[in-house]
Amino acid sequence: MSTLKEPCWRNDGRAKVTGAARYTDDLKAPGMLHAVPVYTDYVHARLVAVHTDEARRQPGVAAVITARDAPGEVRFGQIIRDYRMLVDDKIRCHGDVVAVVAAGTRAEALAAARLVRVEAEPLPPLLDPEAALRPDAPLVHETHGSNVICTHHVRRGDVEEGFRESEFILEQDFATQFIEHAYLEPESGLAIPRDDGVMEIRGSMQHPYSTRRFTAALLGVPLTEVEVVGTPMGGGFGGKDDTAAIVCARAALAARVTGRPVKMTYDREWSVRESYKRHPYRVHYRMGVGRDGLIKAVQCRVVADGGAYCSVTPWVTWRSTVQCCGPYLVPHVHADIYGVYTNNVFTGAMRGFGSPQINFMIEQLVEMAAERLGLSLLEFRRRNMVRQGATTITGQVLDNHVVSLGHVLDTVVEKLGYEEKLQRCSRGRADGDELYGVGLAISYRGVSLGAEGVDFCSAIVNVQFDGSVLLDVAVHENGQGSEAAMVLILAGELGIPRERIRHRRANTSSIPDGGTTVASRGTVMGGGAVVLAAREVKRKMAAVAGECLGCAPEAIRFVDGRLEGPSGAMPFEQVIREMQQRKQYAYAIGVFQSPTVSWDEATGQGNAYFTWVYGCQGVEVAVSRKTGKVRLLGVVAAHDVGRAVNPALVLGQIYGGVAMGAGYALTEDVLMDGGRIASLNYDSYRIQRATDLPEITAVIVENPDSNSPSGAKSIGEPTNELMAPAVANAVYQATGRRYFRLPIRVEVDHDA
Amino acid sequence: MTLEVNGRRYELSAADLEKPLLQYLREDLDLTGAKNGCGIGVCGACTVLLDGAPVKACRLSLGAVAGRALLTIEGLEGPAGPLPPLQQAFLDAGAIQCGFCTPGMVLTAHAFLLKTPVPTRAQIRRAISANLCRCTGYQQIVDAIEAAAPHYRT
Repeated sequence: MSTLKEPCWRNDGRAKVTGAARYTDDLKAPGMLHAVPVYTDYVHARLVAVHTDEARRQPGVAAVITARDAPGEVRFGQIIRDYRMLVDDKIRCHGDVVAVVAAGTRAEALAAARLVRVEAEPLPPLLDPEAALRPDAPLVHETHGSNVICTHHVRRGDVEEGFRESEFILEQDFATQFIEHAYLEPESGLAIPRDDGVMEIRGSMQHPYSTRRFTAALLGVPLTEVEVVGTPMGGGFGGKDDTAAIVCARAALAARVTGRPVKMTYDREWSVRESYKRHPYRVHYRMGVGRDGLIKAVQCRVVADGGAYCSVTPWVTWRSTVQCCGPYLVPHVHADIYGVYTNNVFTGAMRGFGSPQINFMIEQLVEMAAERLGLSLLEFRRRNMVRQGATTITGQVLDNHVVSLGHVLDTVVEKLGYEEKLQRCSRGRADGDELYGVGLAISYRGVSLGAEGVDFCSAIVNVQFDGSVLLDVAVHENGQGSEAAMVLILAGELGIPRERIRHRRANTSSIPDGGTTVASRGTVMGGGAVVLAAREVKRKMAAVAGECLGCAPEAIRFVDGRLEGPSGAMPFEQVIREMQQRKQYAYAIGVFQSPTVSWDEATGQGNAYFTWVYGCQGVEVAVSRKTGKVRLLGVVAAHDVGRAVNPALVLGQIYGGVAMGAGYALTEDVLMDGGRIASLNYDSYRIQRATDLPEITAVIVENPDSNSPSGAKSIGEPTNELMAPAVANAVYQATGRRYFRLPIRVEVDHDA
Repeated sequence: MTLEVNGRRYELSAADLEKPLLQYLREDLDLTGAKNGCGIGVCGACTVLLDGAPVKACRLSLGAVAGRALLTIEGLEGPAGPLPPLQQAFLDAGAIQCGFCTPGMVLTAHAFLLKTPVPTRAQIRRAISANLCRCTGYQQIVDAIEAAAPHYRT
């Protein structure tokens, strides 16, 4: 049964549950054309020519567009401008698009697309990131001069001294797989050339401003000439930034060339083929541990496959760098992290952003260390994990917020009955077919972008003359309930019912660029801006109310739809009418700038994030000795979120992250065959079904954070970075074997 | 040939019969609640009820359903007023995130509860196992269906 104290509320709920919500592909515009991409079967090839004549002559075809038709830049990217929205020189991966066909119907566009002929000279594909690092390796991007996209380091203490102090050194290789976001809605963009000259974009994307940048670049126009309007979108998980923006940009180019609205909707196979994935990591770890049960030193070398384009690889791998020792105190650290170009599908942001890989490894290493020492798994963690006032491996002192790692760990241990269940684990021995195991994992996670980017966001509160309120926030509704959270924060600040507040649909022309809705930063950054805007509106309203009520503005409180002074009160609406008479607007823009962070690239030292969140997940498994199948029996997850603005949706984030994490652990794997993706749809790429998952117990821990004006921190990603190690640890307790590759494929016991 | 959709009868031409049902619903009738998530009948986002049973509209041609009765998400609620209990339960339980799977999920659950008004949670999970959701981990969807079940007991 549901454990909710009160019913969930979200502003877009009714539209979504009745089917009234119009996603991009549900929209039509008068005179609209349909556009489709043209791929080639090359993985790496020099492009000689794209022959479009025959395709252009087909019935219904309005345009066949190649890189030459772009008035602006086909080359773009968030960090390095290496992505070709339409290939102009070289095909660098199997998902590259050489042309776009726009026609009256999708069927006509598809038929013509098959007649686009590509001339190219094949080049040997570079598919192994280790091979790409060799000095004699061919270059994926010649102008970059190297296949190394980025490097990061941590240099702390003296790792050799740490190893000398160690009783033993664990040494282990790990590998993880490409992961598909698998949002239910494939990419779609609708571009409408407006009569005011502006190109209006509706699209399935999680960053309207990024979409605007890509589109303006391709069209060669200023940012003001593109207006991206928020549209319900069917899931993102980090995956609807670059590729989703590029789909919109291509639709806009086709609209510019034809002068007509153009919709470009991807089918699932195109989406999986072209869109970026979570980075596969290959990591070598050395961990030195002392007789006192303390970690003395960690050395690691991380190679992340960035695929054909940079995307946000430097930022993803930076988070891995900061968190490369997990939530543990390590005096001596030597870490080298490389992001590398290959001709594989490119990789970028995905829920977790460089932490799921690392946690899978570290949370197994600490258990291996504990076992070797003869210490309990919990005791070893407790001795080594960060606590209040601790200094992280990057030299950051955790003293500006509540370090609740012990609390979330204790919560899961108790709710799961972990210690008792640990005694019952099979360790490879069972009477029947099923082996039983229990495991857990802990993490800390830096909130928002940290030193990887400039972090600020704005919100506009605009009280209308009837007392209803328009709210505009520069974060995006990705389905997570961001708009509802913003409304609830504002309702709390103004002391009015949430029904009085209308959250405007995102519009890039109405509010300044607030950065992308990634990094679990929506609630902390957007909510911060809402609080600051609300405070300014309240200041203005309190000045008027104070005058009317004969009290100091500071004495006014906003409660129950009224402004209350010490000796009287006015309804919220009456104060607004009074302001109207005085020709004053109850309007404000709030800008929340994240507190200062710092980073030294050479040493990997600095205050990486302005605050942190803490999480723990535990899982029970049954492993079939005959089939190797791992069945999840139960999950307990506890996460400190700062403040839970909309508890039902916080729980939803935890459940959803656990499910996605279970897929990462056990079933999900983008199968690559010579640079071509073999698992292009849900039949071969297995995400979790309702029957794959057990009942999940989610515990929200609240320690409102003074670094966040709303008190709220993050929840989206921390939920998705713990299941793989928890499952790996549980599988170990069940089978007696450790698995260092993802997804975990349990070796079958043929004697069983 | 005719097809009944949400209680209304539509004439089908011979040319219509080859058309995929999902395309007909979304483009000809502008009933866009059924979504195209995979195109191969695996994700369930296109689920509609054919004579009361869940089917994948992306895998059926109009010819295959001619003469029968379809219910889409648009046919489930009245024009205004309170939501039917199942849909209200989805809202209350927090069972909706991106919402792309929601119409198919609701229809599958509706058909299931009509047949199984006293379900166990395991039965609910089996009933929705052909409807994929990437956001919710299904927990609150199961909660919602369980909470709505009493309304299906007459």
